Amino acid sequence: MNAPTYNFAYLDEQTKRMIRRAILKAIAIPGYQVPFASREMPMPYGWGTGGVQVTAAILGPDDRLKVIDQGSDDTTNAISIRKFFQKTAGVAVTTSTVNATVIQTRHRIHEAQLGAHQVLVYQVPIPEPLRFLEPRETETRRMHALAEYGLIHVKLYEDIARFGHIATAYAYPVKVNARYVMDPSPTPKFDNPKMDNCEALQLFGAGREKRIYAIPPYTTVQSLDFEDYPFEPYKHKACCALCNAADSYLDEIVTDDKGSRMFVCSDTDYCETRQAQGHRGSENASPFAESRHA
Amino acid sequence: MLDRITTLQDDTPILIADGLGKSYGRLRACRDISFKLYSGEVLAIVGESGSGKSTLLQLLSAQLAPNTGSVSYRMRDGSTRDLAAMGEAERRLLFRTDWGFVHQDPAMGLRMAVSAGANVGERLMAIGHNHYGKIRATATTWLERVEISADRIDDAPRTYSGGMRQRLQIARNLVTEPRLIFMDEPTGGLDVSVQARLLDMMRSPVGELGLSAIVVTHDLAVARLLSHRVMVMQGGRVIETGLTDQVLDDPREPYTQLLVSSILPA
Amino acid sequence: MYVAVKGGERAIENAHRLLAHERRGDRSVPEVSLDQISNQLSLAVDRVMTEGSLYDRELASLAIKQARGDMIEAIFLLRAFRATLPRFGSSEPIDTAQMQVRRRVSSTFKDMPGGQVLGATFDYTHRLLDPALMGEASPEQPSVVAEAEPGVMPRVTDILGRDGLIEPSPVEDPEHQVGDITRDSLSFPADRDLRLQNLARGDEGYLLALGYSTQRGYGRNHPFAGEIRVGEVSVEFVPEDLGFAVPLGSITLTECQMVNQFKGSDTEAPCFTRGYGLAFGQSERKVMSMALVDRALRARELGEDVKAPAQDEEFVLSHSDNVQSTGFVEHLKLPHYVDFQSELGLLRKLRKEFAEANEAPTPMQEAAE
Repeated sequence: MNAPTYNFAYLDEQTKRMIRRAILKAIAIPGYQVPFASREMPMPYGWGTGGVQVTAAILGPDDRLKVIDQGSDDTTNAISIRKFFQKTAGVAVTTSTVNATVIQTRHRIHEAQLGAHQVLVYQVPIPEPLRFLEPRETETRRMHALAEYGLIHVKLYEDIARFGHIATAYAYPVKVNARYVMDPSPTPKFDNPKMDNCEALQLFGAGREKRIYAIPPYTTVQSLDFEDYPFEPYKHKACCALCNAADSYLDEIVTDDKGSRMFVCSDTDYCETRQAQGHRGSENASPFAESRHA
Repeated sequence: MLDRITTLQDDTPILIADGLGKSYGRLRACRDISFKLYSGEVLAIVGESGSGKSTLLQLLSAQLAPNTGSVSYRMRDGSTRDLAAMGEAERRLLFRTDWGFVHQDPAMGLRMAVSAGANVGERLMAIGHNHYGKIRATATTWLERVEISADRIDDAPRTYSGGMRQRLQIARNLVTEPRLIFMDEPTGGLDVSVQARLLDMMRSPVGELGLSAIVVTHDLAVARLLSHRVMVMQGGRVIETGLTDQVLDDPREPYTQLLVSSILPA
Repeated sequence: MYVAVKGGERAIENAHRLLAHERRGDRSVPEVSLDQISNQLSLAVDRVMTEGSLYDRELASLAIKQARGDMIEAIFLLRAFRATLPRFGSSEPIDTAQMQVRRRVSSTFKDMPGGQVLGATFDYTHRLLDPALMGEASPEQPSVVAEAEPGVMPRVTDILGRDGLIEPSPVEDPEHQVGDITRDSLSFPADRDLRLQNLARGDEGYLLALGYSTQRGYGRNHPFAGEIRVGEVSVEFVPEDLGFAVPLGSITLTECQMVNQFKGSDTEAPCFTRGYGLAFGQSERKVMSMALVDRALRARELGEDVKAPAQDEEFVLSHSDNVQSTGFVEHLKLPHYVDFQSELGLLRKLRKEFAEANEAPTPMQEAAE
């Protein structure tokens, strides 16, 4: 039998070079979706194959990899991808945001500010921000080429006419470098401001749709809006019940079947770091709790 | 409307068709068509179905490439440009700003599931307008100009009658104050009473904005009411052309005589 | 005290162990061998090789075993392995006219050079469950019939082509290198080389439904099964340093040449058109469906109206791949807490605004807030 053997970080070097060329082009044209010859990966399409291919192409033996899904290092898909690279690349892994050099994410940007030494790799299911307004790739590519973005404003206009404000809560479209409208992947709009003028390189990989795009460091990323209806980042009314953070994105936890709820940080590393520093929330009070919310 | 032809400000044509021809296999839909359209002028293209008039409209509006001949257009900056030599980006920009296209079937020219306000506002947003309140105010004004009540602004055209849809389509086209508008059977499929109201309503913005228009119609009453000049087509050729009243009251060609006699007495 | 959910890692390990256990099933029943799968479930192996785009019976059998018989999962396993293989080059084009034919049927001519060769087929069996197969059956040896000697037979389309009755098969164009959908991402409009590659690895069920829809009037193209042939074809490769072709071995293929409604114009004499299907192993349903869809997708090229789903190139090609489809459908199982939380927040806000707009606030309500 042809006993399977695999290269460092799974992909063969030819494929990695092809992906790196796509990444370089993506960096050169911020927000533009570069087609690339996405490979079948040993995990299903839609489960992060784009992000995994980008990570595999940029990972070196000295990197420290962090993988999050929904902000957490401990969700099953994050574990599975982290283990994949441990096994195929033997790289060091970490859950600490500040210690990581490469961070692959699904659906969140973590709370800690990114530094110039870091690369954030997003998993993208549908890279085309105009997809649900215009299903045809031939048409959307033309719209991007000609910067014809009237249609996406029609959607925002409709939101305001119907709901009184823009009713897009996640995958909130942005304009990159004042040129291309881009889908930030299904991150909550809470995270949108973190993409703007960010010190780190941000790479986006969509495996099934075979597209890579990028936001180079220090690039303007503007959430689409109207002058009189400006973009409003989502703000939680609660604090984290574990670490009492008031500035983080919170997951809602259903604690019983009688409608009880509590809110905790979606970013587990952020929450644990705060707790280690002695911050305590309402559900996690120590005798030395500095504040207590009833 | 004849009186206004004397008020045209300049004598450079806004659109020039030169030797236009288009074949589909063996069928020659248009042959050797040349004419000039002047600023502020409304030209009607009349003929039976199959005479080539809709193909001609598509050639003139650069939606179809001719096999022979060319179409030139005078831009806002005064330069006259061959449409075929323009890039797609420039052509599409013309389409959203300087030109309008009114389809016979409003569903082709409107977004049926999107509110009337957004339908009218889309062209503004496409050219960079970014103030919701102002876009909405402009849309409201235009809806009123085409006699649609402002309280229908948030309804989708799906909920509109045929005549209202057609008026909405006209408002959507006129909001960027284009210089040239193409209309393909704008009153087709509407009741006679609804047609009359639409025609009546169309005359005022056309006059006020001083825009040029090319109207394709099989209905000579529409041509008489809207146009200064008429081109009669048969079998892909222009067989007669002239001032509207002159052609319709005193047709020269036997075919035009037939056309006039079968329609006008009705 | 609440503790955030932990233990995903343990859970995954346990799930994998349980999966392996369930795959094995009752341990008192002998384990199925790859040879058994390859020999006795050979059509399943053929499908996995075709849609997995890798001609390797042993690995395909392994994939089927590992996937517990889930065909799409098996295809996925094979594809993922294939994607990592280094590429030495492309083989020379195979010549199906030189096929060692085991089965060959045509619906267009009663007889032709080489004749009809029925071969092993379900076609004329009565679909009655056979209790004899419940135990170990030993079927009779097939009779070796002298007249149906397997051998090289001219293709029906070549017979039609000699008289110009069918459009010629496209010839190789040195200017236009054949594309490769595994190396370049598909863009539209896509040429026929890319379309055929896409269809060749496309899901059999999907192509079957689309092909069927053309027969029911959604883009009808008047097909005749010109010929379906199954047999062995040799594969040759030209190594760069040798400069001449060396045989690599032979593979089993199924080919369908569909003969379709004719075209013609005032400058061209009318002739039949073609639809084409090719697959590894014996995969007749697949190649016939593929040929119908290939022909439907040529509507634009042949100047026909593009109206039916099967003629819509972008729609057909974007959704044909079952590995992509299953991944994205099943990804809905992954957590979406964060997006859902955002939607929940927005919905609550909208409901609150709705309530405020529809009810005059009473002092009680204000106090409650």
